[in-house]
Amino acid sequence: MRSIWRTLDRDLARDIGLVCLADCLVGVSYGAIAVSSGFPLWLPMLMSLLVFAGASQFMFIGIVAAGGNPFAAVLAGLLANARHLPFGFAIGDVLGKRWTARLAGSHLMIDESVAFALAQREAHRRRAAYWACGIGLFACWNIGVVGGAYAGTAISDTDVFGLDAAFPAVLLALVLPSLRDKAARLPVLIGVLVALAATPFLPAGLPVLLALAGVLAGVAAKEPELEEAR
Amino acid sequence: MDGVELLIATGVLALGTFAFRFAGPVLRSRVKLTPKAERLMALAAVVLLAALVAVSALTEGHGFAGIARPAGVLVAGVLAWRKAPFALVVVAAAATAALLRLAGVP
Repeated sequence: MRSIWRTLDRDLARDIGLVCLADCLVGVSYGAIAVSSGFPLWLPMLMSLLVFAGASQFMFIGIVAAGGNPFAAVLAGLLANARHLPFGFAIGDVLGKRWTARLAGSHLMIDESVAFALAQREAHRRRAAYWACGIGLFACWNIGVVGGAYAGTAISDTDVFGLDAAFPAVLLALVLPSLRDKAARLPVLIGVLVALAATPFLPAGLPVLLALAGVLAGVAAKEPELEEAR
Repeated sequence: MDGVELLIATGVLALGTFAFRFAGPVLRSRVKLTPKAERLMALAAVVLLAALVAVSALTEGHGFAGIARPAGVLVAGVLAWRKAPFALVVVAAAATAALLRLAGVP
């Protein structure tokens, strides 16, 4: 039994390591793009340390580099990160009760660490996956950004390596097991359709939030099952 | 933009983002959640992540992302459904998209 856990944990560590490597390369491209767009060297590094949310960082430099209003860039970035609020409700228990752990753990909350935690069944594995992924990605993302900022345009386009497909693939692989639960399928389907339908018309970040409408289907559908369980 | 403006913008984005992240765990510990509410929270996270998969796989800005990226994610989805190893799933997604682009498919 013990050896099974050890093997499982090694597999988990390897999976997390792979995601860290991919994110490191995306970090290189972020640093390179920021500096080659004319931003000072410190900006991508400071932003990666303090904001630590890739999509909103790309959005920010994209909008400002295109001559956009900095307030609009900050608003767009915040909108993209609003999904962390419901994430925190879902996985808040893995952070424990200590305030230091809650502060640090909150900062490490990103799509991948949330998805890795959700994919684990036992509480101790959820915690291990969340912290390992969060700390690993924080380190790799920031190292990548520093490398990219100094190396300039060595790799500014990670799309050539297909890394833009790796991010959704990682999340998909982690979310798929949850879809084996029949009760989740309709809410997920509705959420995905709402988000896709809204994407052409709304600013980035909002369509994903609107997907929460799908949860309403879960509220309606789960009631009878719950009564039976009692 | 000058340095001070960039510094302020970074600070506001960082504080706002942290507030979103911190609010969930704190609010959660203040309210006693029923088992049903707990399950709905987990469901909400799954729905959000699935929507993020769809939007980041299929769209770029306000339009379609092209063929290569969704094709890569589709290959990953089939492999993951067949319970292929995680590493294979991720590498296959990136390789499919990269090879399609090498062949001139956008």
